Amino acid sequence: MAATTKHSGAVKEPLIHITRRSSMAPWKGILIRAAAVVIAFLLSSVLAYLLIGADPANFLKKFFEGIFGVNAMSANLRLWKLAKDTAILLLIGLALTPAFRMRFWNIGAEGQVLISALAAVAVVIYLGDKIPKEYNWLLLLLMLVASLIAGVIWAVIPAIFKALWNANETLFTLMMNYVATYFVAYCLVKWTPDGSSVLGELPKGHLPELGNSYVLLILVTLASTVFMFVYLYYSQPGYEISVVGESQRTARYIGVNVKKVIVRTMVLSGVLCGLAGFMMVAALDHSVTVTSVGGRGFTAIIVAWLAKFNPFIMILTALLLAFLNQGAGQIATKFGVSFAFPNVVIGIVLFFVIGCEFFIRYKLHFRKRTPAADADNGKGGASL
Amino acid sequence: MKFLDFLLNALAIGITFLYGSTGEIITEKAGHLNLGIPGIMGVGAACGCAALNVLCSTGTVPPALIVILGILAALAGGALMGLLYSFLAVTLRSNQNVTGLAMTIFGIGLTKFVFNRIQQTSVDGVKYLIAKKYFRFPFAWSTTSLQYLGVMVFLGIAVAIVSSIILSRTRVGLHLRAVGESPATADAAGINVTRYKYVATIIGSAIAALGGLFYVMDYSGSPEAYLSVEAMGWLSVALVIFSLWRPYLSIIGSFAFGALFILGSFLPSFGLSVDVATSNLVKTLPYVVTIIVLIITSIRNRRENQPPASLGVSYFREDR
Amino acid sequence: MEYAGTQMQPVLELRGISKSFGSIKANNNVDLELRRGEILALLGENGSGKTTLMNMVAGIYFPDEGQILINGEEVVIRSPKDAFDHKIGMIHQHFKLVDLFSAAENIVLGVNDGSKYNIKNVNERVRELCDRYGFNIDPKEKIHEMSVSQKQTVEILKVLYRGADILILDEPTAVLTPQETAKLFDVLRRMKADGKSIIIITHKLHEVLSISDRVAVLRKGEHIATVNTAESTESSLTEMMVGKKISLNIDRPEPKDTVWRLTVSHLSGLNEEGLPVLNDVTFSANGGEILGIAGIAGSGQRELLEAIAGIYNPDSGEILYNDPKTGETVNLRKKTPLQIRELGVRLSFVPEDRLGMGLVGSMDITDNVMLRSYRNGPLNLLDRGTPRQLAQDIVDDLSVVTPNLRTPVSRLSGGNVQKILVGREIASAPSLLMAAYPVRGLDINSSYAIYNLLNEQKSHGVAVLFVGEDLDVLLALSDRLLVLNSGRVAGIVDPRCATKEEVGFLMTKSHDEGSDSADDGTEGGAL
Repeated sequence: MAATTKHSGAVKEPLIHITRRSSMAPWKGILIRAAAVVIAFLLSSVLAYLLIGADPANFLKKFFEGIFGVNAMSANLRLWKLAKDTAILLLIGLALTPAFRMRFWNIGAEGQVLISALAAVAVVIYLGDKIPKEYNWLLLLLMLVASLIAGVIWAVIPAIFKALWNANETLFTLMMNYVATYFVAYCLVKWTPDGSSVLGELPKGHLPELGNSYVLLILVTLASTVFMFVYLYYSQPGYEISVVGESQRTARYIGVNVKKVIVRTMVLSGVLCGLAGFMMVAALDHSVTVTSVGGRGFTAIIVAWLAKFNPFIMILTALLLAFLNQGAGQIATKFGVSFAFPNVVIGIVLFFVIGCEFFIRYKLHFRKRTPAADADNGKGGASL
Repeated sequence: MKFLDFLLNALAIGITFLYGSTGEIITEKAGHLNLGIPGIMGVGAACGCAALNVLCSTGTVPPALIVILGILAALAGGALMGLLYSFLAVTLRSNQNVTGLAMTIFGIGLTKFVFNRIQQTSVDGVKYLIAKKYFRFPFAWSTTSLQYLGVMVFLGIAVAIVSSIILSRTRVGLHLRAVGESPATADAAGINVTRYKYVATIIGSAIAALGGLFYVMDYSGSPEAYLSVEAMGWLSVALVIFSLWRPYLSIIGSFAFGALFILGSFLPSFGLSVDVATSNLVKTLPYVVTIIVLIITSIRNRRENQPPASLGVSYFREDR
Repeated sequence: MEYAGTQMQPVLELRGISKSFGSIKANNNVDLELRRGEILALLGENGSGKTTLMNMVAGIYFPDEGQILINGEEVVIRSPKDAFDHKIGMIHQHFKLVDLFSAAENIVLGVNDGSKYNIKNVNERVRELCDRYGFNIDPKEKIHEMSVSQKQTVEILKVLYRGADILILDEPTAVLTPQETAKLFDVLRRMKADGKSIIIITHKLHEVLSISDRVAVLRKGEHIATVNTAESTESSLTEMMVGKKISLNIDRPEPKDTVWRLTVSHLSGLNEEGLPVLNDVTFSANGGEILGIAGIAGSGQRELLEAIAGIYNPDSGEILYNDPKTGETVNLRKKTPLQIRELGVRLSFVPEDRLGMGLVGSMDITDNVMLRSYRNGPLNLLDRGTPRQLAQDIVDDLSVVTPNLRTPVSRLSGGNVQKILVGREIASAPSLLMAAYPVRGLDINSSYAIYNLLNEQKSHGVAVLFVGEDLDVLLALSDRLLVLNSGRVAGIVDPRCATKEEVGFLMTKSHDEGSDSADDGTEGGAL
C-alpha cells in the first residue's frame, strides 16, 4: 500500500512503473506475438547448435523439410500428417474452450478423451462380434454414444462438485486423468489374452475413409469449430457462459442459474472430448493405449489459451503447435537425438508467447533514476 | 519379512513424492499453483544424473563429494526452473496454469533429451548409476529392502520437518503464508510480496527437483526410470492435496502414497493372487483417495484444509 | 481530563491540506489539530472528504499541498510504514486481515523488531494489551471464526501493538450493534486515559456527542469549524454538516394520475454477518412519482432494492406488486429474478455496482444492452439486431461518447457507462424503475441527463425508486422522500417543504437513545 504520489522532491517511486493497458491496436498485438515466436525460434536454433551441433541454416532446412517434405510425395504425406495433428489438437482444444470461458479450469481433457477412446474400443470388443458386418453403421453409432457418455461422465463429476461445494476443479480434473490412465491399463490387460496390453488394430468399427483416413477427422473438426464459434458467440447458453465467467453477480442479477450453467457447460466439454476420443479410435488408431492421447489434453489447454478461447484463432494456434512438433521431430530424427526434442522447442516457444502477453496487457513507464530513489532503497520492511 | 519389505519399499518410493510435495507446498504457500512440478522433477533428475555421470566416470572423486555435488546439481536445476516460473508468473503475471503446463512440457522434453544423450555418449553404459551405492549410505551393503534407506531418504524427511517448522513457527513462515492467503494484506503490512513469491518458488522447485534425482538414480536405479518421472511428479501434486498443504502430514501421506503405489506388485507376495490387470486398478488408489480427500474437504469447508486463498491468482498491487 | 491545562501543543496538526483526484477536489485547504489525550470526532456527510484526509495522515495518499506536523515538527508520510514510525495507526473500514490466521498472527504480521519470533510471546503481549484496555480477545482464535466487532478489535490491537499514540478510526461503529458500540467507546475512553490521542470518523451525531471532546466538521472537502462537543447540539452540528439548502435547477413536474404500484410491508432481513440490515421496512410506491430514498451509507438501501429485484432474500415481510395492465397483485418475495420476469413484472434496476453487477466490463455495448433481453432470440440463439439498434439509440439519445458499439464498456468513462446502464433499464418500458446512486461519480451534465431520464419515466407513469446521497438533489427531485436509518424507515417526508436539517436528523438520530448511555458495558462480547 505504498503511496505512489506526484509530490515534487524526494518521492519513493519505483524505477519502472507498471500500469494495466486499456487497449492496444490489434496489429500491434499480432506483431508482438509474431516477434515472440520468431525470437523463440531463433533461440531454439542456437540451442540446437549448442546441444546437438546443428548449424542454424541446416536446422532451419531440416525443420521445414519436416513440414514440407523433400519431394512431392513426402510433402503430400507430411502436410496431411500436419493437418491431422492440427485437427486432433484443435478438437480437444475446442472441447476445453467453453469451460475456460467460464473460468472453469478443466485440465482433465487428457483423461476425458482417453476414457472416451476406451469406451469406443470397449463397444467394439464386447459388441463387435454380435453385430453383423453390414450393420457397421450401428456399431459406429454405439461407439459414438459410448464415447460421448464416457466423456460426459468424466467431465461432469468435477463440475457437480464445483457447482455444489466449490471443489477445486483444477486439482479434481487433474486427478481424474490418472484414474483414467490406470483404468485403461487395467482394461488393456483384461482384453489381451496374453496380458501383453498391446491390443493391436481392431478389425471392426472403422469409419469410412474419404480419400484418406484423415479427411473425415478434419471435416468433423472444422464442423465442430464452426459449431463452437456459433455456440459461444451467437447462442444464449454461450452468452450465459461469458457472463458467468466474467461476473457471477451479474449472472444472478439477470436471473442466470450459475450452478446449472457450470454443469451444462462441462457436459458440452465432455461431449466434445467424447467426440475426440471416438474419432481417434474410429478414424485413426482403431485401438487404444495408455498413451493414446499422449499429452495432447494438456497441449490443447495451451492451444485454447493462446487463442484467447476464440475457436477460429485456435486453428492457428493448433497449427503452430503441430508445426513445431513436426518440424522439431524431423530435427530429432535427422540428428539422431531423443524424440522428446520437439517438446524442448515447443517449451521455449511457449515461454516466449506466454511471456509476451505481459507487454500486450501492461504498459511500462520508465523513470529516470534519482538520488532520492536510491536513498530509499535500503529501507525495506519485513522481508526474506 | 515380506511385510517389512513392503513397508521399507513404501517408505522409500514415498520419499520421491515427499520431495515433490514439500517443494510444491512451499510454492503453493506463496500462492503459486505450479503445475510444472513434473517437469522440474525431471530436470532435477537430468541435472543431477548428468553431473553424476561426469563425476563417476573420472573415478577420482571421493564418494561423499559425489553425493554432495550430485544433490547440488539437482538443486541448481530445480532452482533455475523455479526462477523461470517466477519470472513468468510473478514479474510477467502470466496465467499460472498455462505457465506450469509449459514448464512440464519443456522440462520433461529436456529430461528425455538429456538422458537420451547420456545413454548415447556413454559407450560402456551409463555411469551415474555407480553413484547409487554412495547415495545408499549407510545401508548400501544390505541385500534386503533396508538398502533403500540412503542419505536422500533421511534428507527428505529432514527437509519436510524443517519446512514444517519454518512455515508454522517462524516469522518468515508467517509472512509466506500471509502472501499466499492475502497478498494485499501482506503488502499493506510491509512484506515484500514479490521477493517472497520468488524465493519460495525457487526453493520449492529446488526441493522438488531432488525428488526426481532420488527416484531416477537412487530408488529405481534403472537406466529407464527417467521415462516415468512425469507420473511421479503428478502424484506429488496429488499428495499436496492429500496432506492438506502441511509438510508434516506430507511425511505420513508420502508413506501412504508409496504403499498404495506399490501395493499392486506386493499383493502376490502377501499370498493374495492378483493379476496384472488388478494391480493397475490398485494404482488408481492414490488418485482416488486424493479425490475423496478433495471432496470431503470441500464439503466440510473448513478453512484450515483449503488451498491458500490466493492460489492461482496473480498479484498486481494497482488492481486493488 | 488529563490533557487539560498540561500543554496546548497539538500532537498532530494539518495545515492547508489539499488533495484532488482527477478533476474532483476531495480536500481543499484543510486545517485540523488534534490535542494530546483527546478524542476528536471528524464529522461530515458521505463524500465530504473525511476518509481521504485521514488516509493522508496514515500514508495511503500523499497530499497535493499542505503540511503535516507531529508534535510541532513537520513530517513526510509516504507509506503506512512511515505513519507507524510516527506512531500513527489507522483502523480502516475494510479490514486487512488474513482470515486463516489467529488474532496474534495478524497482529504481529509484518512487524520485524529484530527479536526472535515466538508466537507464545506475541500471545502474551497481546493478552497484556487486552487486559490494559479491556478487550476480550483470545489471541489464538482464528479471524474467520470472529464476529465483525472482534475483527475490528484485532485491527485496533494491531495498531496498539506497533506502539501507536495517535489512533484514527474510520467509521468504526458502522458495522457494530449498539451494545458493541458502547463497548468500543469504553475502550476508546480507556485509551484516552492512557494518553492516546484519537480521531474518530463518523456521521452519527449521537455518537459524536457521547464520545468526543471536540468535533471537526467537514463539508464538501472543506473544514467548516472545530467546536467543543460540550457546547454543541445535534441541530447545531447538523447545520454545519449539511449547510444551507442550495437550490438546484432540477425540474419536478407535478405528479399526475398516480396509481398504487408497490407495497413493501414489514420487510426484515440479515446481512452476511448475521446482523439485521432491514428492520420492519414498510412503505408504498406509486406509478407516476419519484420516491426518493435517503440514508447514510449502509442503512439498508442496497438490500432493499435487491430484495425487490429478487437478488437478496429477506427473512420476513411482503413485497406486493400491482400489475398496471392486469390489475393483479403478486408477492415478489422469495422469487428469483427470472421468476419475477416470467410473472410479467416489468421491473428495472440500476444497481449501485455498475460494472460488478449491472454490466459486464469486458463485453461491448451491444452485448451489455442484450443482458436483459438475450433470451428473446429464436432457437436459443442470440438476436443481436434488436439490441444493436437499441444500443445505437441509447448512444444517440443519451449522447454516449464511444468509438463505436463494439467498444467494451470498461473502457468508457463513468458517465457513459451509467448512461448505457440506465438507458438499457429504461428501454424495457418498466412499470417500476429502481436506481441506486445513479449519479455517483458523474459530472454535472451527465447527472442532469440522468435526472431528466428519471423525470421522463415518471411522466410515463413509472414508479421510480431513487436512492441518492446528495440531500439537495433528493429534495429537489423526489415527490416523496423516504429516510432509512439503520435498516428502518425513519420517516417519509414531503421534500417540497422539508429542510435538509430535518432529513439529516432523521438519517442520523438513534432509535434507542438508551443504548448510548450504557457506559458500564460489562456484558460479554468482544469489546
